[in-house]
Amino acid sequence: MRRRAIPDPAGRRAFVKGCACALVGLASVPRFLVRAAAATGTTARGRAKVLVAVFQRGAVDGLSMVAPHGDPAYAVARPGIALGPPRRGDSETARDLNGFFALHPALAPLGPLWESRALAVVHACGSPNTTRSHFDAQDYMESGTPGVKSTPDGWLARAVQGLPGEPSPLRAVALTPSLPRSLAGHAGAIATPSLAELDLGGGPSAAEVRQGFEALYAQSVQSLLQGSGRDTFEAVHLLERAQAVRAPVANGAEYPRGRFGESLRQIAQLIRAEIGLEVAFTDGGGWDTHVAQGNERGQLANRLREFGQGLAAFAQDLGDRMADVVILTMSEFGRTVAENGNGGTDHGHGTAMLVLGGGVRGGRVYGRWPGLGAGQLHEGRDLAVTTDFRTLFAEVAQRHLGVEEGLPLFPGWSGAGRSLGLFA
Amino acid sequence: MTGLAVEAGMTVPGRPRRRSGPEERKPGRHLIGLVVGLGMLGAAASCSMPAGTVGESPRADAAAPAPAPSGALSPADDASIVHVLNRIGYGPRPGDVARVRATGLETYIERQLDPERYGLPGADGQLSTLRSLRASIAELHREYPQLDAATRARLEAGQMTPEAYRQLVPAERRPARILVELQAAHMVRAVGSERQLEEIMVDFWLNHFNVYAQKGQVRWYVTAFERDVLRPHALGKFRDLVLATARHPAMLFYLDNWLSTRSDFVIRAGPQKGRKAGLNENYARELMELHTLGVDGGYTQEDVREVARAFTGWTIERPQQEARFVFRSVTHDPGNKVVLGQPLVGWGGEAEGVQVIDRLTRHPSTARFLATKLVRRFVADDPPAGLVARVADVYRVTDGDVRAMLRTIFAAPEFLAPETRQAKTKKPSEFVASAVRALGGTVDIRGGSELAGASARMGEALYEAQPPTGYPDRSDAWVSAGALLARMNFALGLASRRIPGITVDPDALVTDVDRRVPSAVLDRLVAAILPQQVSPETRAVLEAQLGTPEITRLTSDDRTPADTDVAKLVALVVGSPEFQRR
Repeated sequence: MRRRAIPDPAGRRAFVKGCACALVGLASVPRFLVRAAAATGTTARGRAKVLVAVFQRGAVDGLSMVAPHGDPAYAVARPGIALGPPRRGDSETARDLNGFFALHPALAPLGPLWESRALAVVHACGSPNTTRSHFDAQDYMESGTPGVKSTPDGWLARAVQGLPGEPSPLRAVALTPSLPRSLAGHAGAIATPSLAELDLGGGPSAAEVRQGFEALYAQSVQSLLQGSGRDTFEAVHLLERAQAVRAPVANGAEYPRGRFGESLRQIAQLIRAEIGLEVAFTDGGGWDTHVAQGNERGQLANRLREFGQGLAAFAQDLGDRMADVVILTMSEFGRTVAENGNGGTDHGHGTAMLVLGGGVRGGRVYGRWPGLGAGQLHEGRDLAVTTDFRTLFAEVAQRHLGVEEGLPLFPGWSGAGRSLGLFA
Repeated sequence: MTGLAVEAGMTVPGRPRRRSGPEERKPGRHLIGLVVGLGMLGAAASCSMPAGTVGESPRADAAAPAPAPSGALSPADDASIVHVLNRIGYGPRPGDVARVRATGLETYIERQLDPERYGLPGADGQLSTLRSLRASIAELHREYPQLDAATRARLEAGQMTPEAYRQLVPAERRPARILVELQAAHMVRAVGSERQLEEIMVDFWLNHFNVYAQKGQVRWYVTAFERDVLRPHALGKFRDLVLATARHPAMLFYLDNWLSTRSDFVIRAGPQKGRKAGLNENYARELMELHTLGVDGGYTQEDVREVARAFTGWTIERPQQEARFVFRSVTHDPGNKVVLGQPLVGWGGEAEGVQVIDRLTRHPSTARFLATKLVRRFVADDPPAGLVARVADVYRVTDGDVRAMLRTIFAAPEFLAPETRQAKTKKPSEFVASAVRALGGTVDIRGGSELAGASARMGEALYEAQPPTGYPDRSDAWVSAGALLARMNFALGLASRRIPGITVDPDALVTDVDRRVPSAVLDRLVAAILPQQVSPETRAVLEAQLGTPEITRLTSDDRTPADTDVAKLVALVVGSPEFQRR
């Protein structure tokens, strides 16, 4: 499938694939990229690939996250909240990516990762379903079946089931209070708000009765509880043996305070403990910016700062190990192109998603830009979707995790086989 | 199961089918409601009258319905009583089953449905020290003042340490205190109120009309939102509830409607002077998607905009003081509007929003949507379609009478069916409250706060659900590894009396049992905590545990069991799979 590449004046597309040695020469390049480049075409033996899915719940404004400053309609539609044009060397303004798009200044910690081509953007991405309900749109994105509510499992669970090898009890972990729809199903996924909670603590009697609890849940006739109980105790044992929760942050990484940064820190702990983690999930809210979202500064900027700091700290913390790890960010839909009456934006359609990590052909914005002009908008108001989120998800699952191409990752979808060319 | 009760439930669905046109419906509405009501009351009154605390006598000024003769009633079996106590309240306390058996199950249900009339005590007496619960929004703003913008900015930027903040503002003056007291009260009521169904319904509406206490001013509004809006209407007319929520500052702020104006409005004064305001769709969309019609209820994006236009001008006066609802015609969009294919005509102004709410709450999609949610709460995660249809019919003929809908559910065969029992997973708040109740425990304010904290660790932070959907009401949302372990840890802490503010005495459950006989201790505990609910498998596992030295302490000669560790057994039972269900 041919697509018009989003403007990329530097023409850096084949960089990582073609020239590992060139990377070595760049001082700012993280070493994991060198490893990834060297490993192209082979697998990093003995260490599993890991996918970290990050859901921005509430519909992030992709037009602020990665602003199309080159589109003349952008500033016109958003007199109060559009990011100003990038100014080189001015960290208060957006950071130009390719002459057309710019990264929100609060995402500055991701700048070096863009520079070293570890970070890619997929813009005008989203669902073919046009619902503007948060709940339905999240459900569709997580089940991977837009418009179909009866799908029993999540797309990440299906991806996990398509992975080869002996599964670890900690193969799929969500650092969330409850199991996300993405991991619902038969993947044996574990959900916990924090690794510290994965323990029977609280006094000497705890250890003594643990066996009692294990036996109770092993025999439970309630399959939901039985399955969760068994998975739970296996995970507890494994985690205990690995002592993963004691591992300190590495490479001077500084995670932002709060649940989001904390969840990424703990995912990094699990990865470095080498206990078989292959798919991790976390999420965060606060993206539903109907009022006073701000521009370079303000409410949305504050949320983006935490988001960018979290992702950057994660990459730094993992260091070399990042060569085998990809972070994929997603959100249920985008927001209206025009600002509303309250300096905010209402529910829209297309948005931007980020792909970050080893093996990613970063430093590029992928997808076809549909334009923000009057005749170009979805239903006359929203950024149109030109990349089905399933194209992106499938490519990451297959090319990064190694999920077989024949696996019905997205039931009922006829678009399988399309590719953005995200991976070398 | 009583024949009469079934009949009362079954009376309803037949009627409305015969009334096809809306013009025919009106005169019949009250009659049908009365028939249903009397049917149940008759069933209730025919049982023996109260003894003990569960069933209070009707107040003298409340006219008791005439008892209807009924030879068809058979007393409910204990398993049914346990089921009802688990479903319409936070589970049985020691002695509750016997008390309900003496009162009659139907009587118990009817009193729960009409607690005011029967004078059931709430838990206000236990909450008298929490002044914030009774304070007006203006008083809350005065007594728990918001930090000034400059200090807040310094705190957020890290220029002021949390310690410095704590020194600056004493605990009893911090805005955070409002939420702490509200959460504590929620759990104290769940454990201690005799109005169990009212508490369940307040919780149901808190999620149905969710507001997020951490969003801006909502913290100062949410106490009044629950007290003045949700609680008074908890068992009343749905339309009144929707209208009251639409006008309350908590909802106006949470879903941004207070800022929504006609699209050409220019702000005339204040720091934003000269800026163009405009429409905000947030409330209009959620009003239809989550409060009334449901996402597939038949509205379009165009309807969202039209409804948003109708609600322009519904705003908050002096939001940082008394935060009174006000309609401002100057920001209202005066143009013509079409909602769900029908124009809003002959109204204008504030009445347009009211007309929208009337139209939405009379819509068949709303009847179906609310019936589905109520049946899901009280019967099964996947609500039986037949019962949903009958409850939706009751909604239509009673003009959205919540009490009548519940009465129909509680009298339905589906409600008491064997496959319905223990089919729901307790939400975290339900689990912790039911555990304290099962052990005959009491909680003070501190204990209520501890229970709210435990619920939060299991994934349900009360008043802090961020998305407008509120917390989910399905098992799969609450069963995860971390949450299960948090439940077991809570069971351990509770049974070993390590939770401050909660008084439980596990030993009291077995006072007259020979503790040298572990199986006798186990029998008693299972009967007390999981009456009628334990599976043979769980029973066998628990018995196997009796042989372990952790449970049964041996005497020094290591031959005869001397004592059974009651606390550990209690922890196992409370943390067992069965106790996670209701």
